[in-house]
Amino acid sequence: MNKLEVNNLNLFYGDNHALKNISMAIPSRQVTALIGPSGCGKSTLLRTLNRMNDLVAGVKIDGDVMFEGNNIYKDVDVKQLRMRVGMVFQKPNPFPMSIFENVAFGLKAQGVRDKRVLNEAVEESLRSAALWDEVKDRLDSPGQGLSGGQQQRLCIARAIAMKPEVILMDEPTSALDPIATHKIEELMDELRKKFTIVIVTHSMNQAKRISDKTAFFWMGELVEHGETSQIFNHPLDKRTQGYVSGEFG
Amino acid sequence: MSTASKARAQGLQLAPAKKHDWKELFFHLLFLASAMIGVVSVATIGWFVFQEGLPAFKEAGVLNLVFGREWLPPALYGIFPMIVSTLISTTGAVIIGVPIAILTAVFLAELAPKWLADIVRPAVELLAGIPSVVYGFFGLVIIVPAIEVIFNIPAGNTILAGIIVLAIMILPTVITISETSLRALPPVYKESALALGASHIYSIFKVLIPAARSGIFTGVALGVARAIGETMAIIMVMGNAPAMPGSILEPARTLTANIAMEMSYATGIHSSALYSTGIVLLVFIVLLNASLLYLNRKRSD
Repeated sequence: MNKLEVNNLNLFYGDNHALKNISMAIPSRQVTALIGPSGCGKSTLLRTLNRMNDLVAGVKIDGDVMFEGNNIYKDVDVKQLRMRVGMVFQKPNPFPMSIFENVAFGLKAQGVRDKRVLNEAVEESLRSAALWDEVKDRLDSPGQGLSGGQQQRLCIARAIAMKPEVILMDEPTSALDPIATHKIEELMDELRKKFTIVIVTHSMNQAKRISDKTAFFWMGELVEHGETSQIFNHPLDKRTQGYVSGEFG
Repeated sequence: MSTASKARAQGLQLAPAKKHDWKELFFHLLFLASAMIGVVSVATIGWFVFQEGLPAFKEAGVLNLVFGREWLPPALYGIFPMIVSTLISTTGAVIIGVPIAILTAVFLAELAPKWLADIVRPAVELLAGIPSVVYGFFGLVIIVPAIEVIFNIPAGNTILAGIIVLAIMILPTVITISETSLRALPPVYKESALALGASHIYSIFKVLIPAARSGIFTGVALGVARAIGETMAIIMVMGNAPAMPGSILEPARTLTANIAMEMSYATGIHSSALYSTGIVLLVFIVLLNASLLYLNRKRSD
């Protein structure tokens, strides 16, 4: 069962053809890793999936992105789309407010005021993000006072609080040390049971460790897409072979 | 070829450390001297104003001067009405001007299409460059008569007229600094708020403005300083009666207006009392800066 389907997607930043005729399916409750050298279009593709590219001036998109059978560029309210397709960014970026307020932010933005509902959602989300035990006694202290790894898990909790079906992760561990990275990877192994995860990563080891499917991008093209073990062990394309073996990129 | 690589090519040793690098020393002193000019100026101003103002404090007594309600030189030197007028006109200007300025800053930083921002921003910057005497004209020709008509009073030269003129005068400072601090925010704040399904307006009020608050506070403090210190435009529109105002529809005299209007002919203790008016002004400005430091420090934890 596919959660998201990208069909013949082309994206232009002005004259720059950043995504070239991409078609791929993203299966439900699996981790799909997008890999490739800097500037290959993997982050751009990730940002088309929750329409984050709408914020970029001069961007032009054609082709379809289907989410549960709806074309998200045609007949979907973008705020609802983003509630169901959450996102975690490269640098941990809690809002300048308390831990509690950070996690409750999305719900409050939807007008949820009931203190009991908020309390429950915050606890549940922090537990799912494996952060509850570390912060339960200081929910009122500022989110930006946490360590980098904790901040990133706070951002994951913030996204989970919206009960999304998909979580997009844009190099979520590239600003973290190896121990914090390991914790996030462990967490992702839990999250894959409930959520569909799409992750952009520069670390091929990370892609190997955590993903079920891997897609390799090269200069705006989707070169190869398949089971992670196949991409890394028996790549079909020479460019994929070169990249995963560390010859370039 | 650089000296170092030439030396290396010739197989020479590293040169011994120089005892005095005169060029380095010269520039160090130049930077230090520039930095000292501001400090020395502020110290000199403080020293002389206190020096000149002290006789009046001694003669009349600090409490009689600061809390005295009658200003009748050479008998009574109470500046309390002027302290009140300054506080009311400044507070009023902040209450009207700051929300307008912050909304404008948000509009420019977040909402305005580029062509419109390119019209509004230079207009705001131009507002900053208009001399205060011209604001005074504007007040006299438009605001004072409007107040006479709207409130049906014989003279529109009132605190309200001062408040409105000051509110407009502080706009450019608050707008420019607030817009700069909003633009300086990392774009990821806005992106993460939107990525959680929040609307643009909700993100602005709940994330962007709070995140930019230390810059916005700075803009507001500079705006307040300008309002407290403004003299010319205020003299032209506020009526300048040195009595305690009963409402904002009465004329009043601010601390700055008191100094500017009487300095040219005051002598002796009268003149000293004007300097002590200046001391009170300085104290206000110091308090303002201190509270800004306090607010911004608390937030940055």
